[in-house]
Amino acid sequence: MSDFCMPSLGADMEKGTVVEWLKKPGDRIAKGDVVAVVETQKGSFEVEVFEDGVLSEIVVAVGTEVPVGAVLARIDSGEVATVPASAPPQAVMPSMPAFKPAVVPPPRPAGERLRLSPAAARRAAELGVDPRGVVGSGQGGAITLADVEAAVAKTARAAGGKTRRGFDPAAMRQAIAGAMARSKREIPHYYLGLPIDMDRALKWLAAENARRDIENRLLVGVLLLKATALALKDVPELNGFWIDGEPRLSSAVHVGWAISLRGGGLMAPAIHDADGKTVDQLMAALRDLVVRARTARLRGSEMTDPTVTITSLGERGAERVYGVIYPPQLAIVGFGAVRPAPAVLDGAVAVRPTVYATVSGDHRASDGVSGSRLLVAIDSRLQAPEAL
Amino acid sequence: MSTAPRKTTYREAAREAIREAMLRDPRVFLMGEDVGRYGGCYAVSKGLLQEFGEERIRDTPLSESAFVGAGIGAALGGMRPIVEVMSVNFSLLALDQIVNNAATIPHMSGGQFAVPLVMRMPTGSGRQVAAQHSHSLEGWYAHIPGLKIVAPATLEDVRGMLWTALEDPNPVLIFEHVQLYNMEGELSPAAGPVPIAGAAIRRPGRDLSIITYGGSLPKCLAAAEALATDGIEAEVIDLRSLRPLDDATIMASVARTRRVLIVDEGWRSGGLSAEISARIVEQAFYELDAPPARLCGVEVPIPYPKHLEDASVPQAESIRLAARALVRPA
Amino acid sequence: MTAKPRLTHEHARRLLGQMMRIRVFEERCAELYTQQKIRGFLHLYIGEEANAVGIMEALAPHDSVVATYRDHGHALARGVAMGPAMAEMYGKAGGSSRGRGGSMHIFDRPTRFYGGNAIVGGGLPLAVGLALAEKMAKRPGIAVCLFGEGAVAEGEFHESLNLAALWKLPVLFVCENNLYAMGSAVERTESETDIHLKAAAYRLNSRRVDGMDVVAVEAATRGAVEHIRGGGGPVFLECMTYRFRAHSMFDAQLYRDKAEVERWKERDPIKRFQTWALSAGLLRGADVAALSAAAVAEVDAAVAFAEASPWEPLSDLEKYVLMDEVPV
Repeated sequence: MSDFCMPSLGADMEKGTVVEWLKKPGDRIAKGDVVAVVETQKGSFEVEVFEDGVLSEIVVAVGTEVPVGAVLARIDSGEVATVPASAPPQAVMPSMPAFKPAVVPPPRPAGERLRLSPAAARRAAELGVDPRGVVGSGQGGAITLADVEAAVAKTARAAGGKTRRGFDPAAMRQAIAGAMARSKREIPHYYLGLPIDMDRALKWLAAENARRDIENRLLVGVLLLKATALALKDVPELNGFWIDGEPRLSSAVHVGWAISLRGGGLMAPAIHDADGKTVDQLMAALRDLVVRARTARLRGSEMTDPTVTITSLGERGAERVYGVIYPPQLAIVGFGAVRPAPAVLDGAVAVRPTVYATVSGDHRASDGVSGSRLLVAIDSRLQAPEAL
Repeated sequence: MSTAPRKTTYREAAREAIREAMLRDPRVFLMGEDVGRYGGCYAVSKGLLQEFGEERIRDTPLSESAFVGAGIGAALGGMRPIVEVMSVNFSLLALDQIVNNAATIPHMSGGQFAVPLVMRMPTGSGRQVAAQHSHSLEGWYAHIPGLKIVAPATLEDVRGMLWTALEDPNPVLIFEHVQLYNMEGELSPAAGPVPIAGAAIRRPGRDLSIITYGGSLPKCLAAAEALATDGIEAEVIDLRSLRPLDDATIMASVARTRRVLIVDEGWRSGGLSAEISARIVEQAFYELDAPPARLCGVEVPIPYPKHLEDASVPQAESIRLAARALVRPA
Repeated sequence: MTAKPRLTHEHARRLLGQMMRIRVFEERCAELYTQQKIRGFLHLYIGEEANAVGIMEALAPHDSVVATYRDHGHALARGVAMGPAMAEMYGKAGGSSRGRGGSMHIFDRPTRFYGGNAIVGGGLPLAVGLALAEKMAKRPGIAVCLFGEGAVAEGEFHESLNLAALWKLPVLFVCENNLYAMGSAVERTESETDIHLKAAAYRLNSRRVDGMDVVAVEAATRGAVEHIRGGGGPVFLECMTYRFRAHSMFDAQLYRDKAEVERWKERDPIKRFQTWALSAGLLRGADVAALSAAAVAEVDAAVAFAEASPWEPLSDLEKYVLMDEVPV
């Protein structure tokens, strides 16, 4: 028994009406016989069968409109089930990936409309400058990029600051203000902390430094840096950016190392591919960055490349630091000062050198369980300092 | 042979390119209306019949569709034809073959067949030959996937693009602006093939980017010189290839100058300038200090009288004024 | 030009077998179309098989073929493998054109089959160019171009015949005159309905042949090919034929009588040749049954091949828009 269905006669045919049955139940039919007439928007079609047999039942009466594929009649082909025991192999049609526009239009600014060129708008945001009040020199009085930079330089001169190549202190404060305000406004932070026993790490460091020249000695910070970079390979969901409403994870780990500047201000330039560098290479990179940051000789890309930031307070005292994420990064890892603290070892209280590690994560991109895994991974890396 | 640069013209450089291709590859032949005995409508192929004979310098009947289609068929059959169409306006008679066959067969055959065809055709206005011989329709062709569209605007390019186009496995349409044929300049006797991809910065500048191609390039360069006396340094980009477009060069220039003027003899509506403008807004919006500006052909069929024809397309002075308005708004 | 082919038992078997393969293939296509396995346009060749088989029988492997959108019969008779041909109907990656062309655009490099061309008249200039390449490269091949009488009204027909005759190119133009350009009868579209007379105006060798008689078509083609290979220039054949089915599947055939269709069906090229060969003792009943069974088995296998063939990955969507090299 098989089904005789409303045929598809064209890609634009969706339905048809049976206007005549040329065979009746019980009639013998042969392949190629016309059994019915179907009316469509293009006219009447004689519809043929593709098998031999007996018309056993008419399912759709004359005058009925049915969609393509609907059963019109049943044919007894005199054969046992025509369906093969196992279905023949069929290819699966790939489905279309969700369409994404190439460019997401920028959000429309709230409040009164300002004639601000796109380039000027971006630079103003980078510098944390409020463009209202800047005098525009472009078309129709539009504020251009040069207008924004000139206004910032003027403010800085008025404040007595010295403009230097690449940045000046007043502009920097504005930039930090802009970035941090945006971070707290847009990024829902979560915070986690874990005290880490630094006994093994410090002992390894002391032994290592004992056989080094003074200029080649390692600082504890470099161990924290390497441990964090390696841990991020285990917990990749905290490494990368939040862009256009979704996380863009980075396969490379470029660590932004927060450096405070004399005279105020802060930068976090990139140490590229920190997970792949030896502790000696990292030490050299750190020294180089600090010197260049403090003499304003950083490259622009070093400021925008970091995929994550570490803020380490070093020997300056505070026990814990919960950082504010630098947008559009996904996390910031903080280390307090290494200091002696009570710890429970084998059921007894002991005093151990301890660093309090924290992570601030972007809750849009990850959950606390990821942050927790990161801290645990940093801890375990620091318990095997020789492998760093 | 001397290696000192010698004086020549765009026309002679185009002819030299054909000669070189004919000598280098026996599969190459030239076919088109009056390319042989007449010497070519613009005299590009003058003398080639005597050198290469009727078999390889083929005069055709006035049958654009048949001889362009025959070029496609010959390319499918292993030859490397150069098909000359007397004017871009006449190429419309062969549009079926260009769009439905040359551009589709490689993809539609699942990559079984390539169409290594080269077509050359004059384009553009400036010779007072009115509305059926003066249009710039290369932007239309640049709409079609499967084609490569180039517009040599210098002696080096018209000398060097042909061979590279013949070596390309895809159909390449070369548009030669009629006002360039008499352009004189110096060309090294060693001048040879040049890439057919990528734009060129013909003049660096910091204040705005002028993006153009073909017959408008000399006008843009003249405008840039005039702007310089006014303290405005214009960067002039010669697109060279209209399909594919060199987005990287365009965006890098816009990021430096923050202002852009697109100059195209073709019409504005739905034209190549619209495509370039859209790409700049898509890819370099945040680099811009002003909306992209366009100076295009006026939307009329090109008229016959000189003053009207001149007013129909961008000229050095109108380019200068448009550029100045962009950099120094009143 | 009228050299009769010597009909051996083997040759008769081959002619009948080829026509049956095409017929069974297309009947299955019609069924698959109603099941929506095949989509788009489906133009069936049923009734016209004698033309494709007779023509392709007379060609050499180094000849080139340019066909129309009604190309299944041309492709199969030329030797395009049936599995890839059916997979092409499905739009599968195993199709002869990797599924990108579908029913109207079967291309096949190994058999020098330059496509079903779906722009009426658009294939003629291509064939002229393929012939030009043969001539310039001093190769022995000829180009064969098939088209319907509808193409005769297109400018490309006239431009191409003129160019081919002018340059004495090795082209065989075959007009399959099935009397209807879609729904327009030839007398409603042509001022001169004797198409071969129009062609003769271009000073090429032109004649009319019974397109419902496979032996006549083969004989005429052999004569034409001999003339062309001998340097005589292009030849034009007008094959008088008829399609038994609608123009495409979604065609209510409002433009012709059923009686007319029935009259032509009496001249069905398969029945006619089969009856004649049986009566002439060239074939036995057992031969016919075996050929029929073989055709069904081959079509079954082709359908299974098409069903099992994968779809092109979406990542390959833009592949072959531009080629990296000229395939050799």
